[in-house]
Amino acid sequence: MAESIKEYINKDLIINNLEAKTTDDIFYALSEILLKASFVKDSFYKGLVKRESKFPTGLTLGKYNVAIPHTDAIHVIKPAIAIATLKHPVTFNNMDGDGQVEVNVVFAMVLNEPHSQIMMLQQLMLLIQNEEILRSMNDAKDSEELYDIVSKFECNLI
Amino acid sequence: MNKQKVILVACGTGIATSTVVCKKVEDLIKANNINARVIQCKISEVPGYEDEADLLVTTTIAPRAYKIPVVKAINYLTNINTQKVDQAIIDALKD
Repeated sequence: MAESIKEYINKDLIINNLEAKTTDDIFYALSEILLKASFVKDSFYKGLVKRESKFPTGLTLGKYNVAIPHTDAIHVIKPAIAIATLKHPVTFNNMDGDGQVEVNVVFAMVLNEPHSQIMMLQQLMLLIQNEEILRSMNDAKDSEELYDIVSKFECNLI
Repeated sequence: MNKQKVILVACGTGIATSTVVCKKVEDLIKANNINARVIQCKISEVPGYEDEADLLVTTTIAPRAYKIPVVKAINYLTNINTQKVDQAIIDALKD
């Protein structure tokens, strides 16, 4: 069976309607749940903050925008994707250094090997390119509903 | 046969977005019969490969100027106007 996004998400790793003012607030909340569930080391939060300041991860897509923060494998115990939808959009710098973006949904990618998890990464990219999915994530009532939306996302990779 | 070209694909960590872009570039060179190979790395590792490489494809901010041409490939992640990036890569690899 091909690996899919579903294998990397977990109900304990989803935060719906997070109230955050800054990127650091978001990273802290996501790092906390990842640490609690033993997916990352306690250095993960600092790793995210440090990397974001050097290499930002905001992606301007259109109506709903996302960020895909991640950091070096050294801070990671096992791979996962942690998700937060934001109650109010938070400003990120665009990945290519070209301006800023108001982000609605954050996918923290917890990765531990280069060149691997390609299927999952491709699926995640297809997911963020789907405005309808992002809209339903943004409007989801609770983390249970968020989990259902992402876990049911099926896509055919060519 | 022409000498094989070397394409660097780099992101901040060399783990995530470069993996996605790597696949896109590999598919592109195959579809266009371009004799090239792809090396995935961190942007901080680019200087070590600069002398042997012909092109840098990156999703992140290039911290300095390089001797080789640079193509920004964030469009491969957002799927907005990817043809532009395809063409820029093909053009950069022409002799």
